Amino acid sequence: MRNYLVLRVIAKLMIMFMVLFALYVQFHGDFGPGGGFQAGVISAAAIVFYGIIFGLPAAREVVPDRLVEVMIAAGVLLYAGVGVAGLLLGGNYLDYFVLGADPVDGQHRGIFWIEMGVLITVAGVMLKIFYMFAGRGDGGGE
Amino acid sequence: MMAVVTVVIARQRNLFAVVILFGIYSFLMATVLVALDAVDVAMTEAAVGAGISTILFLSALHLGKGIEMKPLHRPFLPLVVALATGAALAYGTLGLPAFSDSEAPIHQHVAKRYVEEGARETGVPNIVTAVLASYRGYDTLGEVTVVFTAGIGVIALLRRVRGRRRGGKP
Repeated sequence: MRNYLVLRVIAKLMIMFMVLFALYVQFHGDFGPGGGFQAGVISAAAIVFYGIIFGLPAAREVVPDRLVEVMIAAGVLLYAGVGVAGLLLGGNYLDYFVLGADPVDGQHRGIFWIEMGVLITVAGVMLKIFYMFAGRGDGGGE
Repeated sequence: MMAVVTVVIARQRNLFAVVILFGIYSFLMATVLVALDAVDVAMTEAAVGAGISTILFLSALHLGKGIEMKPLHRPFLPLVVALATGAALAYGTLGLPAFSDSEAPIHQHVAKRYVEEGARETGVPNIVTAVLASYRGYDTLGEVTVVFTAGIGVIALLRRVRGRRRGGKP
């Protein structure tokens, strides 16, 4: 598909907005609809879109396999780490009230970080599955 | 409209058309969820159902044949089982409280507290996020772990196949 001029130009325009929208969904999740899961899927979709238009190797250059694999684990660790941070600061596991100066502030901080963990894991897994499936067509990939 | 799409999906033998119809079905489902005021779920449905899973189906299709095989026998028993289950579920809905009834048992337990105290306790205006990330933090941690496990499983399965092929066996 690399030779279709219209697709390439439109894709370049769209991907910017897709990533931007993913970030909006992520950080505005407290106020509007959305959150880590949706943002992770949208940002993974942006990379998948890029991979479809410009070919899998190009997408692998933007987001290398190694990074994707690290992301899968890092998200869960970040989420669990927030819980441990609550423990260390003298609260219960996954208790956000102790994370900030006042309880509401702590809640904000806790939710922000766990949503971040969800985003990282979901985006990593979606990309990995796509890489794995798409890579098999041309004799193994990677 | 969703019923029409479902019937067409079941009748259609061309898998490419089926994948596209799945996408249409997901978008219709997302519309229904918006109508039910479940915007968060609708967004997930649109992104995962219509976006990512369509891509994954297409890449799976790329590896296999595009036409579904004719069934070997007439599946009457599964049809009867499906109809019986559907009838039982439809009968079960008769016992449910009326739609959007605020006196329903489900709204009397913890949901009331979430709605009344959630915004003050967590400072998060979107109640879905408050429940998901704060009150139900453990559940969401479990969900993320499930996603993680799925990813690891895919890696484990597909890697092994590739290693065997490299080993020279057919």
